[in-house]
Amino acid sequence: MSDINYLKAADLEAAAASLKSASEGAYLAGGMTLLPAIKLGLNQPSDLVDLGGIGALHTITVDGETLVIGAMVNHYQVANSDDVNGRIPALADLAEGIGDPQVRNRGTIGGSIANNDPAADYPAACLGLGATIITNQREIAADDFFTGLLETALEDGEIITAVSFPVPEKAGYAKLQNPASRFALVGVFVSSGAGGVRVAVTGAGASGVFRASDAEAALSGDFSASAIAGASVAEGGMLSDIHAAADYRAHLVGVMAARAVEACG
Amino acid sequence: MSEISMTVNGRAVTASAASDVLLADFLRQNLDLTGTHVGCDTSQCGACVVQMDGASVKSCTILAAQAEGADIVTIEGLATNGDMHPMQKAFHDNHALQCGFCTPGMLISAIDLVSKNPDPTEAEVRKGLEGNLCRCTGYHNIVKAVLAAAQDMRG
Repeated sequence: MSDINYLKAADLEAAAASLKSASEGAYLAGGMTLLPAIKLGLNQPSDLVDLGGIGALHTITVDGETLVIGAMVNHYQVANSDDVNGRIPALADLAEGIGDPQVRNRGTIGGSIANNDPAADYPAACLGLGATIITNQREIAADDFFTGLLETALEDGEIITAVSFPVPEKAGYAKLQNPASRFALVGVFVSSGAGGVRVAVTGAGASGVFRASDAEAALSGDFSASAIAGASVAEGGMLSDIHAAADYRAHLVGVMAARAVEACG
Repeated sequence: MSEISMTVNGRAVTASAASDVLLADFLRQNLDLTGTHVGCDTSQCGACVVQMDGASVKSCTILAAQAEGADIVTIEGLATNGDMHPMQKAFHDNHALQCGFCTPGMLISAIDLVSKNPDPTEAEVRKGLEGNLCRCTGYHNIVKAVLAAAQDMRG
């Protein structure tokens, strides 16, 4: 690559200090997006500050009706965690469907949501479950966190430490995946719980993950696949690219939403 | 340049390399372990898969510095005193390779798969090898080999 300094941070304070002193520093989590982006010249940091050595970021804990997943927990660990499978099995299923086994062994929940790829799976889970993103500075509601294409509410130097998920009564995720990349062509996460019904859509929106308010209203009255049969969303604001046109994505939102409701069991 | 140390195939190694060198390049260029192949170099093909602390990973998408202190196993570390690993033997017996370029990564991924799921179905083997591409389209015999090796390894 091109003379990038590498530092492994021992704790959050050291990581933040290292990034601050770098001219163009970047935090390195699992590296499954950042390292390929650097190799392609799309990202050219002067320093990489590795968060992998910070033990506190690697834990999954249950606190009452809340599941807290450390930012550096990888997809394999989420998919195979008894705590996750016991409380939010839809989240474990989502993690099991990310990328391929080798990506799941390295990629992390914190890295995924910090990157906020418009076709990534985890943003849909965070928004669809009403999660709270915990950083080294504050707590941010998922509704306020994902601000646009590859953009988040994170300030320069801010580090995600964990994601806190309220345990829903039911939740489900369905995606039509791109067969080559296994990113979501359209993915829909639905949940019903103390915070009401939430429907979050990834892979479809030109501005990234979003909530489908019409589907939420329909499911609030009748939480069944038939309640949203034939539903779709407006084509305006849909992504359109070589993989799928806007009208196809808009149609798929309704199909995947119904499948996600059915996946709730 | 920085000193990078790890255990590779049971041997403690230290080499001087740029701080941003990839693990695949470190293995091939610093340690002359050229059995780990670089196919696509974009995290797609899986030819570069090695075992890191027990898990299969794509060594073209990890910095060698991230593997500081780790326990790495490459294709060169699978055989024991000249006896092939059961997975290698099953690939041999089932003609599970044509050109052989993808084979090192296939073997490491397959061993990870069977260690986590000792009695996989054919569908589970196919899903478990999603991160490895064979351009000779030899998947059928690869899947047969992994199923045979799993049976052999269960004893």
